[in-house]
Amino acid sequence: MAAQTVATSTTVDLGPATGLSCRECGTRFELGPIFACAECFGPLEVAYELPAGDPEALRAAIEAGPDNIWRYAPLLPVPADVAGKPSLNPGFTKLVDAQNLAKELGVTGKLYVKDDSGNPTHSFKDRVVAIAVEAARAFGFTTLSCSSTGNLAGAVGAAAARAGFRSCVFIPHDLEQGKVVMAGVYGGDLVGIEGNYDDVNRFCSELIGDPLGEGWGFVNVNLRPYYGEGSKTLAYEICEQLGWQLPDQIVVPIASGSQLTKIDKGLQELIKLGLVEDKPYKIFGAQAEGCSPVSTAFKAGHDVVRPQKPNTIAKSLAIGNPADGPYVLDIARRTGGFVEDVTDEQVVEAIKILARAEGIFAETAGGVTVGVTKKLIENGVLDPTLTTVVLNTGDGLKTLEAVAADSGQTATIRPSLDAFRAAGLA
Amino acid sequence: MSVTVRIPTILRTYTGGEAEVKAEGATLAEVISSLDANHPGIGARILDDQGKLRRFVNVYVNDDDVRFEGGLQAATPDGAGVSIIPAVAGGC
Repeated sequence: MAAQTVATSTTVDLGPATGLSCRECGTRFELGPIFACAECFGPLEVAYELPAGDPEALRAAIEAGPDNIWRYAPLLPVPADVAGKPSLNPGFTKLVDAQNLAKELGVTGKLYVKDDSGNPTHSFKDRVVAIAVEAARAFGFTTLSCSSTGNLAGAVGAAAARAGFRSCVFIPHDLEQGKVVMAGVYGGDLVGIEGNYDDVNRFCSELIGDPLGEGWGFVNVNLRPYYGEGSKTLAYEICEQLGWQLPDQIVVPIASGSQLTKIDKGLQELIKLGLVEDKPYKIFGAQAEGCSPVSTAFKAGHDVVRPQKPNTIAKSLAIGNPADGPYVLDIARRTGGFVEDVTDEQVVEAIKILARAEGIFAETAGGVTVGVTKKLIENGVLDPTLTTVVLNTGDGLKTLEAVAADSGQTATIRPSLDAFRAAGLA
Repeated sequence: MSVTVRIPTILRTYTGGEAEVKAEGATLAEVISSLDANHPGIGARILDDQGKLRRFVNVYVNDDDVRFEGGLQAATPDGAGVSIIPAVAGGC
């Protein structure tokens, strides 16, 4: 991987990022397109020199920034002038005060849905890709790539189009049509791999070490340390939108687990910087039963995650061998949270509950978080009297198949008042 | 049993830059030990102090993740392809 470094840290401007460090053994590396520790294979993370000084001034500077993730540029591995570069400018999505859903689920405290379907390509992936694009620019890559369960492929295709990169992305061959079309429409190459996501991921990991992949920036492989940092912006936004306060409880979907770990990292940074008052918070992870390696390990008390072969309608979460699984277990236990799973039937039911209660049409991953929230409340694990934030990370239009069977027309009638009267819907 | 082992970039310093090398062994444990005999030091990068696969290493024999196939005891048939891959790729 070092051989692929096309720019070195002395020429790279990624703002407050000072280097990479191994999350397992702490070994430091220069900023570059590397992702695994040369000593122990552990994941590399961006290390920062975060802004010091008056929290009030930093809060004011953030609030005066653009209505997208670049308002948090001083806390991200991006150059200071990032807001002026061609980007989809994702983020600052709605934090919906979900009073109807609260009533439906028996929540007496506050319940919010962080609705990331409002991003440019309708999933949270635009956040992480936007950061990876800046790293790709800094390292001189001209092609953007990824392994994807669908949402990421669309986000990379769109971001590449805007930012002037070529794109070639890889997906399992049997994804939902909405995701395939959405990934293909931006004009880049879209390659279906005969296998599941873990097979696609393995393929990309091999491609990256081959001359065929030379000069390619894989957003979630060799740019993964940077890419992952984009998920911190979910934590920043939630706290800012709550009036610079930490939520008591937050329910996050788990695929690789990266998003959950970065939300925790973001919350910890806000505490450290004095931007929010320090208080306990609990992070809950949500999986589908048909791909539940992390919840299985959590409930069994294990600190390693045994891979599974996924079989669930929640394809965006169908990662059987989740890279950040062990860290999710650590965080859920450290914060007093839990990792739970729900059946596909419960996922569909939860999509409908959210849609009917709040007018938010979530993709299956949103069904997983709402379904798990419901289950955790019913089981007495999540406290319904506190402030809870549930993530919806994608748009239901991408997974129409999940609810299409019984969400169609109520009636089909001739265009006459008599026919409407006869249908009994007046 | 002779197998072909695909080496990830971060371990190629041990193989003189080679992306693929040959190794011998009927099980993954034997293959790693053969690999280490030919390329001293590489074994300790793949296995931890207790001799187990490091938690951020994935190993595949042909297309099968060895964690489903008995781990270090996974069979490595003659002519098999063994891939060693950092586990921290992918996902959201």
